[in-house]
This record gives sequence, structure tokens and C-alpha cells, in this order.
Amino acid sequence: MCLAVPGRVISIDGDDPLTRQGRVDFGGVVKSVNLAYVPEVQPDDYVLVHVGFAITVVDPREAERVFEYLEILEQ
Amino acid sequence: MKYRDEYRTPEAARAYADAIARITTRPWTLMEVCGGQTNAIMRFGIDQLLPQEISLIHGPGCPVCVTPIDYIDKALEIAGTPGVILCTFGDMLRVPGTHSDLAAARARGADVRVVYSPIEALAVARQHPGHDVVFFAVGFETTAPANAMAVYQAEREGLENFSVLVSQVLVPPAIRNLLERPGNRIQGFLAAGHVCAITGYEEYEPIARRHRVPIVVTGFEPLDILEGVYLCVRQLERGESSVENQYSRAVRRPGNKPAQQVMQAVFEVVPRQWRGMGEIPESGLGLSPAYRAFDAETRFGAVTGQDEGRGECSSGAVLRGEIRPDQCPAFGTRCTPEHPLGVTMVSEEGACAAYYRYRRQSGGPSHE
Repeated sequence: MCLAVPGRVISIDGDDPLTRQGRVDFGGVVKSVNLAYVPEVQPDDYVLVHVGFAITVVDPREAERVFEYLEILEQ
Repeated sequence: MKYRDEYRTPEAARAYADAIARITTRPWTLMEVCGGQTNAIMRFGIDQLLPQEISLIHGPGCPVCVTPIDYIDKALEIAGTPGVILCTFGDMLRVPGTHSDLAAARARGADVRVVYSPIEALAVARQHPGHDVVFFAVGFETTAPANAMAVYQAEREGLENFSVLVSQVLVPPAIRNLLERPGNRIQGFLAAGHVCAITGYEEYEPIARRHRVPIVVTGFEPLDILEGVYLCVRQLERGESSVENQYSRAVRRPGNKPAQQVMQAVFEVVPRQWRGMGEIPESGLGLSPAYRAFDAETRFGAVTGQDEGRGECSSGAVLRGEIRPDQCPAFGTRCTPEHPLGVTMVSEEGACAAYYRYRRQSGGPSHE
């Protein structure tokens, strides 16, 4: 129910912040997604999408942290 | 898929499991709250990678599972009303009401439509001005902003033939309720990452302090869950109890402010009945006075929210984390996904369904 899938924003349309839509690519499947809740989003950003809404922008720097931390643990 | 597949590498998972084993000196019991995490734990065999001292117990974090039977009965009643189109997420179709479910109602001719997003239900209302379109708004904080936006837009457009049957629940009150139960054995929590993407995690800090439990905001992929367990065990071994954020690529401490603003405009905090847990004060969301015109309960009659326990089903104890699904005498014999006795076997994210799918034969983990 709280599943959210990562996808890459290809393009953004619309001026009304409430109904701003993006085309989002989920590994080859492109869907239209509501971007009202990610006003900061830019094309090429990755978002997590839940029931048709982007709920957060993935932070690429933080995404590496899981692996960096593992390297520290293994030393 | 980027931001998914790289968090599923078996070597890194084993390395995290080894790191957990190195720091574990005694038994610890952790609860993952979210049904999506329960499903991932079973599917990837994460519980079997962990040292024996670590027990994962499964929490009430499946909104489908905790929705009282009265709401299912009300949805059935509404769907059976002439001129109504009932829109719902697919998860609710097979959830048993007292005598039937929405899939059976649809087979009997009720206009029940599965939508991927509440915004689709709005579109149905625009296309069918002569019908009453009702959306069954179920979910945790992750889903609340989407459901709130549908109501917000309906109000802006003056879409009078649209309403919502709201059964929205909140995670932190449920965590507090579990910790306050006599005999509680939960020593640490993995908090649900996508819920916290919306709410942030400030609200969890007083819970961690007051009940002296570490709470780790955790993602959904195998490496996320393993790192979440590592951080939680590390705190337990050191005698610490704070909130940590494992899922920092998606979750920031204040959460998603634009989403919170729309939620707070459309919804207000209300008491809710939880299946298996009873009434928990301030544990749900209902429509705020400004949006009450869009409440299906005003149009079709109120739901009492009572939940009758059903015969042999132990889903209440499963949802409270008191027993594992395979400890229920009916599990896998008299209760299967084809012939479920209760909702935790019906829902995709129910713990019983996850055990049935991935743990019936005590073989290795599945590698889908």
C-alpha cells in the first residue's frame, strides 16, 4: 500500500503548481505523474512515485551512503 | 532499475548480515512496522540472513489489514446503491466484509472500478456527472496527500458528484499503543520510510526518548532493511535510544511540507478503530469541517467503525506482533490466500500472505 517506485523525470508540463505533471520513466515504462508535492524537481531528477504522485526527490549523494557505510564497516 | 537493483546485491546483503552478527552479543526483538517491509523481508529471506539472536516481528503497517470490517460493509452498501460508481485501490477488492467483498459485488453488477490513483476517480466523476462517484480513501500518511489532493481539486472545481469514504490511519499513535501494551516485547523499531518521506521524523523523537526504544527510519530494499537492522542493533548494544534515518536518499527530517499543507487543509486528526487493536485516540484522519461536504459518510450514513472478530482468525494477534503467522493453527491449512479466514491472508502486504508465499516450505529465500 505504501509502495513507491523510483523513476526518472523526463519532462515537466503545466504552470499550475497543483496539477503540474511530469513524464516519468520507470525502467522503460513511461507514466504521467503529478508533481504538486515536489515543486523543486528538475528534468533528469529521480522521484519516488506513489499512487500517481511524486512524494520525494531522490538525493543522489545520499543514495551512495549505504555502500560507503558498508566499506567503513568492512575495514 | 536505478535506485532499486543496486540495493539488491547478494554480496552486499551478506556483508551487512556479517556486520550485524559481529556486533550482536544478545537477543534483540525488533519490529518492522510497514507491511511492504514485511513482504520484502520474507521475499528476500532477510530474516534468514540475520543472526539467530535477532527476531523481527511484524507490525500493523498494512492499511488494508487494519481497516475495520464496518468500512468494508459500508463500501459494499454504497457500491450497491443505484447510480453510484465506487472507485477503489485494487488492494481492497478481496478484503472480506461481513457477508461479501467488493470483487463479488462487482461480479453481481455493482459498478466498482479499480483506480491506480485517486486523481483517476476524479476523472470518473467528471465523465459521469449523472452518477455519484465515491472513492474509498484508505491508507497511511504516504497515501494521505494524494487522497487529500483529490478532495482539494474536487472542491476547487465544484465537483458535487464526488465524495470519499475515508479510512486513513497514522503510524506514530499505533507505535505508542503497541509500546504501552502490557507484555510488550518490542525493543526497537524500523519506521516506515515512505510514511516518513511525507511526515518527516520529528514526531518519532519523543517516542524514542519516552519509551527508550531506538527507531530507525528505513527503506524497502534488502540493503536498506539490513542497514536499518544494523543501526537499530548498534543502538541497542550501546544502550542508546534515538531516531536515526537510514533512508536519507528519500527522507528529510521535516518531511514533505507541500504535502503536509494539503493534508492539513483537507483532513483533521480523529480517533480510529484499528482491526486487532481497538480504538486508538488521534490515530487517523477524517475530512476537516471545510471539506465535510465531500464525506461519503454524510451522504450515505456514518460508519461506526466497529470490528467484529471472526471465529478462527488470529489476525489481531498477528497485527499486534504477538504471534508470527505460522504460529496460527489455521495457517496454510484452513487459511490460505484462496480461502482466507482473515484480511492478513488476503492483502498483498498482510504478514500471513507473505509467510504463505515465501515460507511455506522451510527452504531458502525466493530469488524472483
